[in-house]
Amino acid sequence: MGRLTVNNVSRTFYKGNGAPTIALSDITLEIKDKEFVCFIGPSGCGKTTLLRIIAGLDTPTSGEILLDGTKISVPDAKRGMVFQEYSLFPWRTVIDNIAFGPQMQGKNKKESLKIAEKYLELVGLEQFKNSYPYELSGGMRQRVAIARALANDPKVLIMDEPFGALDAQTRNTLQHELLEIWRKNNITILFVTHSMDEAVFLADRIVVMSARPGKIIDIIDVDLPHLRDRTAPESNELRNHVLKLLAEEREK
Amino acid sequence: MNIKIKKAIHNRELEALSLLTVIVMWQFAADLLVKNKLFLPSFVDVVLSFLKVIKSGAIYTDLSVSLLHFVIGMFLAFIIGLPIGIMMGWFKGANHVFDPVIEILRPIPPLAWIPFAIIWFGLTHQSAGFVVFIGAVFPIIINTYTGFKSVPVVYVEAAKVLGCMRDQNLIRYVALPSALPSIAAGVRIAMGVGWMCLVAAEMFGVSNNGLGYKIWWHYHLHQMDFVLVYMLLLGFLGLLIDRVFRYYVDDRLLKWRVGVVM
Repeated sequence: MGRLTVNNVSRTFYKGNGAPTIALSDITLEIKDKEFVCFIGPSGCGKTTLLRIIAGLDTPTSGEILLDGTKISVPDAKRGMVFQEYSLFPWRTVIDNIAFGPQMQGKNKKESLKIAEKYLELVGLEQFKNSYPYELSGGMRQRVAIARALANDPKVLIMDEPFGALDAQTRNTLQHELLEIWRKNNITILFVTHSMDEAVFLADRIVVMSARPGKIIDIIDVDLPHLRDRTAPESNELRNHVLKLLAEEREK
Repeated sequence: MNIKIKKAIHNRELEALSLLTVIVMWQFAADLLVKNKLFLPSFVDVVLSFLKVIKSGAIYTDLSVSLLHFVIGMFLAFIIGLPIGIMMGWFKGANHVFDPVIEILRPIPPLAWIPFAIIWFGLTHQSAGFVVFIGAVFPIIINTYTGFKSVPVVYVEAAKVLGCMRDQNLIRYVALPSALPSIAAGVRIAMGVGWMCLVAAEMFGVSNNGLGYKIWWHYHLHQMDFVLVYMLLLGFLGLLIDRVFRYYVDDRLLKWRVGVVM
């Protein structure tokens, strides 16, 4: 199960001079098991902070996060994360990068590699098994990063603008692949993006956030079947709706 | 000069040519200008002395004694410097504990420790090793510290979300490999400094053998051709150690960095 409850989560950062910045203000959100939720909003709206808190990399100033009813505070293998920047360990080969998680779970080398092979196959990079990250393109690196996160068999996959640095073509391909992976692996996905198009193409629900203080201004259900036509009238309508929300917010 | 001929002279040949020119000039200067074996032994003198040193077998004892001093010093510098550098780089508290002491001790030239080396260890191999250690330990500490300080946060966070939580594991699986290029550079600098300390460490007579010791011994006998033999041996051996280390580290341990813009 991967049911997430975000209860009244706030996060305030203090600058060097003690001036507070409210990154998140009283966020409450319920995410169902196996749901694909996209977070969208202007820079500085705290969407990355929220995901980092859910991953356990940051601590809320107040409020709590529950995974299947249990309070969580530190990172663990049940929540995998894919970062925006390239986060593969450059000193490990592709296969050893993917095997890292299982190894940390106490599995022996042979077992870990077996699991890693399975996920390497899932992202279709078998022929790069023994390559080092510097030998891969940006798209391939993010595929490996996804495989590495999945190798721990997480309930929740947290993705912080994972395709942000990729070109449009690669991006589309990876979006397709991600949907395929999501369908096969029965996981909950939380996905931060800047791209309206990406959110409308991927999400079951889109959480629209505003900046300073970061809060949720709308949650939109996307009742369109996968795979969606990016240029269908329904998709356009949704995009328009989100764009209008964000524009209104900017004018405030 | 014909362009084709110019092209035919490869870099290797240029290098050989350069060395050869220096040798010829040296021989010429010694034989025809200086004409005094004390001031400048000729190339041939040095080669002959070198053959004598080999024939008598002295060179093998000297090499092994010097390498013993060097290895004692480097080994200690590594097993003491590395953990201190790691602790300073990883734990903020440790930095505040070690940093003031290190900053005060570091500028003291290693050779200034020689009196204490003798008082503490006597005229032993250990005391020569100790001077090498003093020269080598600081570059290792500082480069290890720097390497650990500059571990990208994203690697540490990626490891944490993959279930690698304990400091011990984060250091072993993330920080150490990430800092390895910096540590390797530190060890290289340390070996250079340690090697330089060797001559001084041996000159106060911890043993009647050793490359550094022999330089002074032959100097007292005014056998400058032998002095030059041992000087050149120190040079070549230092170069060899550096090359072997670089080959091993760059080709084995750091091959993942190929392609990284340096």
